[in-house]
Amino acid sequence: MTAVPARAGWRFRQPSVIPGFGLTLGLSLAYLTLIILIPLSGLAWRSASLGWPQFWTLVTDSRTVNALKISFGTALAAAAVNVVFGTVVAWVLVRYRFPGRRVVDAMVDLPFALPTAVAGIALTTLYAPNGWIGALVGPLGIKVAYTPLGIVVALVFIGLPFVVRTVQPVMEEIDREVEEAAATLGASRFQTITRVLFPGLAPAIVTGFALAFARGVGEYGSVIFIAGNLPNISEIAPLLIIIRLEEYNYPAATAIAAVMLIISFAMLLVINMLQSWSRKRYG
Amino acid sequence: MKRLLLAATAAAGLLFSSASAFSADKLLNASYDVARELFVDINKAFVAHHEGVTVDQSHAGTSKQARAIADGLAADVVTFNQVTDIDFLVRQGLVSDDWQKEFPDNASPFYSLPSFLVRAGNPKNIRDWEDLARDDVQIIFPNPKTSGNARYTYLAATAYAREKFSGDETKVKEFVTRIFNNVPVFDTGGRAATTTFAERGIGDVLITFESETQGIANEYGTDKYEQVVPSVSLLAEFPVAIVDKVVDQNGSRDLAKSYLDFLYSPEGQKIEAEHGLRVRDEAIAAGFKDKFPDVRLVTVEEVFGGWDKVQAEHFAEGALLDQAYGNR
Repeated sequence: MTAVPARAGWRFRQPSVIPGFGLTLGLSLAYLTLIILIPLSGLAWRSASLGWPQFWTLVTDSRTVNALKISFGTALAAAAVNVVFGTVVAWVLVRYRFPGRRVVDAMVDLPFALPTAVAGIALTTLYAPNGWIGALVGPLGIKVAYTPLGIVVALVFIGLPFVVRTVQPVMEEIDREVEEAAATLGASRFQTITRVLFPGLAPAIVTGFALAFARGVGEYGSVIFIAGNLPNISEIAPLLIIIRLEEYNYPAATAIAAVMLIISFAMLLVINMLQSWSRKRYG
Repeated sequence: MKRLLLAATAAAGLLFSSASAFSADKLLNASYDVARELFVDINKAFVAHHEGVTVDQSHAGTSKQARAIADGLAADVVTFNQVTDIDFLVRQGLVSDDWQKEFPDNASPFYSLPSFLVRAGNPKNIRDWEDLARDDVQIIFPNPKTSGNARYTYLAATAYAREKFSGDETKVKEFVTRIFNNVPVFDTGGRAATTTFAERGIGDVLITFESETQGIANEYGTDKYEQVVPSVSLLAEFPVAIVDKVVDQNGSRDLAKSYLDFLYSPEGQKIEAEHGLRVRDEAIAAGFKDKFPDVRLVTVEEVFGGWDKVQAEHFAEGALLDQAYGNR
């Protein structure tokens, strides 16, 4: 440390003993540009050619607004459900040893691996009025398939591994001794969870939530089978984009896509800020 | 380095020359979603006449196919179920604008019509378009915004209503909206709608191409479903065209032409009729008379004044079709 004299003023990078900064940064930037920036700037370019008034009319159309509400609403609901149950699943997998634990652990990844259309068809078969679950809850007046609730069910399925897989490793890092120390210092079990365990887990939970949410907003394959796709009721924004493409209406399609992108980006930004705040607060 | 460059050039040259030598033995047919089974049989029969030729298939909704071809999918021929999607290719400069004159019958070797499939015994007594507007009937057809199949259904219902109300547009609109309000699920494609009706047991009547209703009745058994052919329906042409820009590049124009001609040959027509499509060849059609009940067919030109008008007045964003969904 003392070998490098602290220079005054702003520096492009903090000095580091690890070589290869230029090479790796260059590679990362080139890669990100190729994979993310170029496609997205194409999108921005196309919707920019619209002109502001036209863009505004397209995205404030009531059907578009409803589709966006449905997409973001159901994704939020599904992510919220997954945060609760995903954390419980992670807890069980980390904290207890029981026969079949590895099988359960592997099962969590299934939604990653399964083609989403297969998931959608399977869920629809189960939750349709004549399906196993659909026939059970139908008499209670609950309709799942072909309603927004069906969308939430599909997104819960799709999003579960995101929460479990982000929370699990962090949970494994927490030493049992910490809990024991809390107990010896007189903390109740509830206090141990809320004041000792949760602060350490919060950033991971928030990340899991963000991932599950972002995945849910863009999900198309599984949702169209179970949603019913009624305009203004169960029509998701990605479907509306497809519909506009079917009309050869590229401007409208890109406009919806751009709005989804902006909202998603804003929400992820907020979540990231929340995360760094919680890290500072508890970390 | 120089040698490497030379070798690379030679290899590339070989690649290109072999590609152009072989390409005339190869066709790519871009077709609509539910045509898989049909073209498996057609291709088998066609290849039997042409030693060493292979025909590749690509299936998807035809608007998607048209966009893919515009973006560079090298399909030599298209066999679509919507005229408008070939018109899109014309506007992109890929297909010549007199394509409908290059082959007989408006370049539509076979045709079909929106028809009904009801559950065995027809418990809701559904006979015609009028019954679809009843409050106690649930209807399944795919989303007309994403499915060409359902766009014909929408147009057929509209054509019926125009006759019934002698062109009173408000009443027509109300009638069509009532039909749309009876649809509990809008699947994105024809096959998905079939699944919803047949596997999930939703709805009293499925509306789809007659070729599809025949297939379902055969697949699931006539003791489960019955076909109902309405009094009047819309002629659904299944247009074919050569993609000029692609065949000129591949040198495959002759092969493409003989492939599409084959669809009009007695052998081809027989295969198409076996797949539930109505065909032009009268001798073949006579042989399948029992399969295809008489029905009065109106055309898009007669009722709506052509596809361009339909596109602008009905299918564009916010136009009549969008309004038919109502505000539920």
